[in-house]
Amino acid sequence: MYEIVTKKELAPNIYLIELDAADIAKKSNPGQFVIIRLDEKGERVPLTIAGVDLNKGTVSTAFHAVGRTTKKLAKMKAGDSITDLSGPLGNPAEVGKFGQVLLVGGGVWCAPLHYVAEALRKNGNKLYIAVAGRTRNDMVYENELKAVADQFFVATDDGSKGNQGLDFLADVLKAQKFDHAVVMGPVSTLKKVVELTRPYGLKTMVTLASLMVDGTGMCGACRVTVAGETKFACMDGPEFNGLDVDFDELISRQRVYLPEERMASMIYDKLEGGVKRG
Amino acid sequence: MDKEKRKHAIEMDKQDIQERIHNFYEVALGYDEEQALAEAERCLQCPNPRCVQGCPVEVPIPDFIKLIKDKDYMAASLKIKEKNSLPAVCGRVCPQENQCQKMCVLGKMGDPISIGRLERFASDYELKKGVTVPDLESAAVTGKVAIVGSGPAGLTVAADLVKLGHEVVMFESLHLAGGVLMYGIPEFRLPKEIVQAEVNYIKKLGVDVKTNYTIGRIYTIDELFANGFDAIFVGSGAGLPRFMGIEGENLGGVYSANEFLIRVNLMKGYLFPEYDTPIRIGKKVAVIGGGNVAMDSARCSLRLGAEEVYIVYRRSREELPARAEEAENAEEEGIIFRLLNNPTKLIGDESGWVKGMECIKMELGEPDASGRRRPVPIKGSEFLMDVDTVIVAIGQTPNPLIQRTTEGLETTRYGTIIVNEETGASTKEAVYAGGDVVSGAATVISAMGAGKTAALGIHDYIQKKKGSK
Ligand SMILES: Cc1cc2nc3c(=O)[nH]c(=O)nc-3n(C[C@H](O)[C@H](O)[C@H](O)COP(=O)(O)OP(=O)(O)OC[C@H]3O[C@@H](n4cnc5c(N)ncnc54)[C@H](O)[C@@H]3O)c2cc1C
Ligand SMILES: Cc1cc2nc3c(=O)[nH]c(=O)nc-3n(C[C@H](O)[C@H](O)[C@H](O)COP(=O)(O)OP(=O)(O)OC[C@H]3O[C@@H](n4cnc5c(N)ncnc54)[C@H](O)[C@@H]3O)c2cc1C
Ligand code: SF4
Ligand code: SF4
Ligand code: FES
Repeated sequence: MYEIVTKKELAPNIYLIELDAADIAKKSNPGQFVIIRLDEKGERVPLTIAGVDLNKGTVSTAFHAVGRTTKKLAKMKAGDSITDLSGPLGNPAEVGKFGQVLLVGGGVWCAPLHYVAEALRKNGNKLYIAVAGRTRNDMVYENELKAVADQFFVATDDGSKGNQGLDFLADVLKAQKFDHAVVMGPVSTLKKVVELTRPYGLKTMVTLASLMVDGTGMCGACRVTVAGETKFACMDGPEFNGLDVDFDELISRQRVYLPEERMASMIYDKLEGGVKRG
Repeated sequence: MDKEKRKHAIEMDKQDIQERIHNFYEVALGYDEEQALAEAERCLQCPNPRCVQGCPVEVPIPDFIKLIKDKDYMAASLKIKEKNSLPAVCGRVCPQENQCQKMCVLGKMGDPISIGRLERFASDYELKKGVTVPDLESAAVTGKVAIVGSGPAGLTVAADLVKLGHEVVMFESLHLAGGVLMYGIPEFRLPKEIVQAEVNYIKKLGVDVKTNYTIGRIYTIDELFANGFDAIFVGSGAGLPRFMGIEGENLGGVYSANEFLIRVNLMKGYLFPEYDTPIRIGKKVAVIGGGNVAMDSARCSLRLGAEEVYIVYRRSREELPARAEEAENAEEEGIIFRLLNNPTKLIGDESGWVKGMECIKMELGEPDASGRRRPVPIKGSEFLMDVDTVIVAIGQTPNPLIQRTTEGLETTRYGTIIVNEETGASTKEAVYAGGDVVSGAATVISAMGAGKTAALGIHDYIQKKKGSK
């Protein structure tokens, strides 16, 4: 059992939890993920590591309550425990010394992006950071990311704060030469940013949230096509150069279980009066 | 016993076909006492038993059968356990027809003794009565050993080493221990309760089982040594699924057998939505391959409600690598065998879901390196199969993580770890390996045999190391 040490609401339906896992904390790097399983009947769900506290021996992760598992987790409190926690899994993100780095985060993913940003900053990079949310109320880790940025931008889907949408990045890319880019967010965000960086041939690292089961290379559920080759996101990624990723295939594979997920989520809502989708 | 009677094995009851294709309960029901006694009665108690030569771990077959005859079933189970620490598993899943039973003298004139069924009978008896755990208090702790992977190879090494007085920590990356026995072989062939009873047994012996630890990520092999382990056994299995490399393989509805079976068995997808993990099965399912993995995938599909399930295999019936009993069970249940067929392309619908599979007919040519006749495509014989789920069960190769993250651990070009067959020692000092990660996908009992060898190898190594200090 792994105890939830603290829990915090970052935005509507978005939570940050800190889990007691000293062994995992010691070995975690930015960009890696854990797999959680809430109870005996639970699904294995991957969540990206958003930071560690070596003194407390904890690992934190931020999640968006969208389906059965994340809604159940949203109902749990500090002091409760989950049955399984496995990690760190996947390869660490590239955080070497590049020079000028563009970072873009969308929604819940801004939390793990912050963990990457801290490491990039420590290694002497200059950081241009853009954070995006649905509305001004949905911003995650805005202040934290601002604190490590040399240049900082905000965007919302509805324009209620900062830029409307990510199109403004086209100007940023025109004005400034970048040596590296990192994007974490929903696939639509990844795809969008890669469209904008592609004309510059800028290596744009994206974290792919493909469906996963074991997270250790045994099932192939997470397979993605990168540069024309089949890769396993859990073993070869989850960070890949977005310029090489077949996003349409990824999107179609992510939707495989949509009917079942909706059903599970509905049953859960009926039984438990689950969290409403923002 | 008269000669004519001795020729025929006592049949084992099975769940009714029409019932069983709708549930995940065990198909083979096992002998009752009367049946077991009658079957044991047939054994000739050969002074020079050939059956034992056919068993990779040399179970003392006539001796345990004699104990069954004497109605001392507990003693029979303990007798088997002298050589085989997982008899309830082996009695169910060993390919006996190619091993112990193949060598039984009775096989020359009739049916061989049903050794597996008797083995299952004795060990189920012990499980029901409550397993006795030997008292190991007095054994002096000599070394500290890490086991990577909790499949039959790892379980065997762990049990043997802890009995020899070593401190043993077992690391498993999944949330439950047991390897393929848990995540691969379905409930209706091997109830998970039995596997967990075996895992609990080694825990009671004193093995510290750490699930959710993926070695190569949380600790490398060298970091384990730095944490004070004297030796390490790698039994990480052959879990990396192979794909065909044909067009359309990443469509929705196309699974590796491993993904499919992990969802069904380990995650209990057949109980969705009571359990959280979904599994989607279509109406027409094609399973590619002809081994145990393919049979299990096909039979699970049927139980999940598929209307038509095909086994598509590129060779002929003779070459089917699955256990004979399982191929028969599959056929009985209504699985349709499309032999001498090979897929060439998968076709998707607008939403990216598979809707058809193009195949080509094959014929058998000259024997290949494996001695089996090589299947060759018949030009122009392509045809289309109407399917909405495809399960690829054409084999697995070793999990590559440990090999990738360990310096000095040599592998073959197939990714299997190279070991000294007499000791299980790899090319890296104090690292031993065995089971599917060394042999490539094989059998439960061969993994256990390799585990036995490695346990002795490790014991010798530690004694020498400690003795020379
Ligand atoms: C490597 C990796 C890292 C990840 N890191 C994070 C992370 O840090 N934070 C995070 O929040 N997620 C992360 N994810 C994604 C997360 O694992 C999935 O969202 C997971 O499926 C959630 O599980 P669930 O049971 O709550 O939802 P599921 O039931 O699995 O639902 C999954 C998807 O279905 C959709 N869905 C479900 N129910 C409905 C409905 N009623 N209506 C419409 N759509 C619906 C949701 O939009 C969601 O995208 C990561 C994924 C991967 C592979
Ligand atoms: C569907 C199916 C049906 C089968 N049917 C039969 C049958 O009827 N009869 C028969 O004799 N054989 C059968 N087999 C084959 C048999 O199960 C295997 O040969 C046997 O399990 C191999 O044992 P093992 O201990 O080497 O590895 P496995 O059983 O594969 O166990 C390896 C374990 O190591 C873990 N692991 C891997 N990497 C790491 C890591 N880095 N860190 C920590 N843990 C790790 C894995 O999660 C796994 O639990 C079948 C196999 C399958 C897949
Ligand atoms: S372990 Fe397998 S091969 Fe050996 S006697 Fe038992 S059933 Fe036969
Ligand atoms: S060879 Fe057959 S008859 Fe002889 S001891 Fe073995 S099982 Fe019995
Ligand atoms: S999640 Fe199973 S192979 Fe990647």
